[in-house]
This record gives sequence, structure tokens and C-alpha cells, in this order.
Amino acid sequence: METILSIDRLTKKFGYLTAVRDLSFTIEKGNVYGILGPNGSGKSTTLGIVLNVVNRTSGDFQWFGGKVSTHDALKRVGAIIERPNFYPYMTAEKNLELVCRIKGVPYDKIQEKLEVVGLADRRNSKFRTYSLGMKQRLAIASALLNDPEILILDEPTNGLDPQGIHQIRQLIKQIAANGTTILLASHLLDEVEKVCSHVVVLRKGEKLYSGRVDAMIASHGFFELKCPERQKALDLLRNNPAFREIKEENDLITAFLNEPMEAETFNRFMFDRGIVLSHLVKRKESLEEQFLALTGA
Amino acid sequence: MLRLLQIEFIKLWNNRSSKVLITAYFVLLLCIALIATINFDFGQVHFQVAEQGIFNFPYIWHFNTYVAGWLKLFLAIVIVSMTANEYSNKTIKQNLIDGLSKWEFIYSKFLIVLSFAAISTVFVFIVSLILGLIYSDYNEISIIFSDLEYLLAYFVKLTGFFSFCLFLGMLIKRSAFALGFLVLWQILEGIFYLVIRSQSDSDTASAITRFFPLNAMSNLIKEPGSRLSAVRTVASQIGETITKDYSVHWYEIAIVLGWTALFVYWSYALLKRRDL
Repeated sequence: METILSIDRLTKKFGYLTAVRDLSFTIEKGNVYGILGPNGSGKSTTLGIVLNVVNRTSGDFQWFGGKVSTHDALKRVGAIIERPNFYPYMTAEKNLELVCRIKGVPYDKIQEKLEVVGLADRRNSKFRTYSLGMKQRLAIASALLNDPEILILDEPTNGLDPQGIHQIRQLIKQIAANGTTILLASHLLDEVEKVCSHVVVLRKGEKLYSGRVDAMIASHGFFELKCPERQKALDLLRNNPAFREIKEENDLITAFLNEPMEAETFNRFMFDRGIVLSHLVKRKESLEEQFLALTGA
Repeated sequence: MLRLLQIEFIKLWNNRSSKVLITAYFVLLLCIALIATINFDFGQVHFQVAEQGIFNFPYIWHFNTYVAGWLKLFLAIVIVSMTANEYSNKTIKQNLIDGLSKWEFIYSKFLIVLSFAAISTVFVFIVSLILGLIYSDYNEISIIFSDLEYLLAYFVKLTGFFSFCLFLGMLIKRSAFALGFLVLWQILEGIFYLVIRSQSDSDTASAITRFFPLNAMSNLIKEPGSRLSAVRTVASQIGETITKDYSVHWYEIAIVLGWTALFVYWSYALLKRRDL
């Protein structure tokens, strides 16, 4: 598999504050990555370093196997970070012409990409007349101009209204479906859960998890149950090796599975031992619960 | 290089205020020609400025480059704001992310500085040549093309000054404050001169302050007024003889070129060190 970006023990200190600490991970071609972390966990700083706008304190990173300089590598990357940054006095089209010049892309891409983000009819309006959602879509069009090998998005739905969020998400899914590698930084978990195949979880600049999303939620799920004979049920569950952890909250018992088990099987097992359940639900942990467990919130 | 110039050109020419200022600058340069039309009538005495010898070759090179030098402030505003706006619009960040290297960013701005200086020089050359051909008393080729070092000095002076503006824009990131700092710097150089003179004498003070950037730039082309024959005649009548060196010296050019290199290097060093 082709490596697009590899980050090796990257550290960034702002004075006494360490924004990123010893961070390592690699981005392989064709996957959709999420960088998850609460605000201030070092997501944007990490992206800033690999995008040549923040200086690293120590560590290293390599684009495309290290064969090209960072700024030449960035011509093959599409990236938008935080807010869309364009020249307010220039039209959308002029702004994109400028980006074409920088990236060395012919102008005929402009029309095509404006159509992708649905701004073709507003291409002659000045950037400052755009709404935030339109600005964000223009930023995506700009990032797509060079048909990038990887698209980097930092909080792309921040500050948008529900409609805008929906539009941007649809766009990202569409781009991902075309096989473009995507790196998406976000603190919105459902966003990451919906589009990403891989995830890196950060807290206070440190990596807590990196790997596949489904591996992160790789538990076999858990049962939530209620029954009149609570103590008997608890004893039974605790002595069963199929469960790794039993929790009880008020009269609700939560039993976490060690191995796959269907709700039917479980129900029969309890009934055979004389316990009648008044409530039974089988659930899987969401990314959110995993994330909160990992970041200790 | 062409690519970088095209990039900067898109940025500059689509900005209405820059466009207005640049146009105004060249129109004002043309207006030097209007000096020729200034007439006074004191009763019987008819006085026309153009006939007082200011448009004589080769004096015209000195006179016009000196007068045109004052107008550089227009382009200074353009350069400061084009640099500072990259920070306030955060487009400098986006340019780097899109694949411009930090050196290319500074280099593209410096290319604009060079273009402004070069176009101004050519413009002043043409305007002066035409004015001279119309009004000059001497029209021999050898006289017309003597003293052209004033044009070189003019080019170096503009390059140095615009590079200073570029550096201030990068350093201060806000156009208004950067221009304010430019004025402040001019005043500081003046104060330094006075302080040094009060400690020693005016020769020592000049010798030291000629290394200061703005002073070095203004030393390149000395005021031409006292070189005018009419002024000299008046001076000799009241018993003054003006002995002054008006020529352009190589070391004066070297000092300004030195500052230019420093300003460009510092701009780059600043950008390299900063987290955007």
C-alpha cells in the first residue's frame, strides 16, 4: 500500500505548553482518516505542521515517501484549515485562478470544480459577499482544483447551519466515494463515524488510539436488562466467562460481552436458569462512548 | 519567475485601491511635465519655469529623478498594504498550504518591488527625455546621455525604499501601523542625527547617519535646487558660494543595496520563524 504521509515522533511546544507530543501515525492511500480530539487537543497544530505553516519543535514528517520537498508535495494535496481564507475583494473565479497558478493547474478545472460544489452560477460574485456555507464550499472547490491525492479538512462543518453541514457532509462522502484519500479533523464524532474508516484519537497532544474505526468499536456489544430477581441475575452473569464486566445502575443491569452472543441465546440462557427478564436490549458502543471512555471525560 | 509575477499581478490588479493608487502614481509622474507650463507674470517680467534651465540636459536627469522620488510614497502604500493584507486575510497561510514555498512568497513580493522600481525608472526616463528634447538648450547626443547615473540611483533608491516597506509590512502585519512606523523611523533617524551632532559635529553626524536606511536612500539623489544656475547667480550676488557634491557615489549605492538585501532576508527569516 502506498504511504501518503508519515509522521514520526512529532512534537510542538508553544512556550511551556506542549501542543503536540511525540505523535506518530501514517496515512495510507485510499482510506478515510479522522483525527478526533476535544478542542485544544493538537489537531490543527498537527495539520499546520504537515502543511508548512507551523514550525515543528522536534520529530519529522514525510510526504509521499520523502522524495519531494514539502511545498512541492502540497501541490498534490488539497487542504482547508479552520476558516476559508481568500482575497475578499476578488471574485470566486479570480480566487481560484490564483490557486491554479500556485498549484500549476490549468484554468479549465475551475468551472468543473465550481459545479461540484454548486457555486457555478455565483462564480463572478466577490468572495466577501458569500455566506459562510458558500465560503466553505468554495474552499472545498479550491482544494479539489488539482484533483488532490489527499484532501485535508479541518473542522469543515464548524459554524455552519444544519443545511450547510448536510451539504458539506454529502460532498465529503461523494469525494470519498471517488477513492480520494481524506484526512478529516473534527470534534464531531458522528461526522467521523459516518465517513471515516480509520481514526486517530488525540488528547492534550498525545495519541490515545490509532487504527480502524470498527476495531475501536470492536467490542461485541452489551446487554441492558431488567428483572425482578436482580441479585440472582448478577451472580449468574458474574460467573459467566462470556461477560467481561457487569455494571448496575438503579435497577438496570449492563453486561458487556467477551464473545459474540445473540439476544435470543441470552434470553433463553437466563430463562432456562429461572430468571425472567422484564427488559432486554442488545446494543453496541457508539464511537462517542468509546471516545469519551478513551479521553476520560 | 513569470509564474510568481502572474500570481502577484492577479492579487494586485484585482484590488481596486491598489489599482487606483498605481494609476494615480503614474499620472502624477506624468504631471512633472506640467511644471513646464508654470508661468508667472510680474508686470513687465515674464517668467516661465521651463526656461530657467531645469529641463536642460543633463541637469534634467537629476531634477526629475529627485522630484519623482517624492511620489514613491504612493507605491509604498500599495506595497505595505499588499503585504499586510496577506496577514489580515490570512491568505498568506492559504498560499503556503496551496504549495507556495516561504521563499517563493517573499521572492514574489520582491519581484513586484523590482518591477515597480524598474517601470518607474523607465517612465521617468521617457518623460524626461521628451521634456528635455522640447525645452533643453543643449541637444547633442553626448550631453543628452550624460549623467545617467541619476536614473540608476533612482532605481536603487526605489528598490531600497520599497524593500523597507515590504519588510515593515511583514514585521508589523497591519498596514496602517506599518506606515506609521515608517514615519516614526524617519523621525528617529532625525533625532539620532541631532543627538550625534550635539555630542560631536555635523560632519561626524553625517558620516554616521549616512548608513541609516532612509538617510542612505535620500543621500543617493541630493536636492538639485541649489545647482540651478539662476539660484547660483542669486547666491553669488549675496556673497555666498555653493560648494556641494551632487554626484552619485558608488558607496552610497552599495549602502542602499546592502539594506535592500537585509530587508529581503529579514522578511524571509521572519516568515520562516513564525507560526501562522
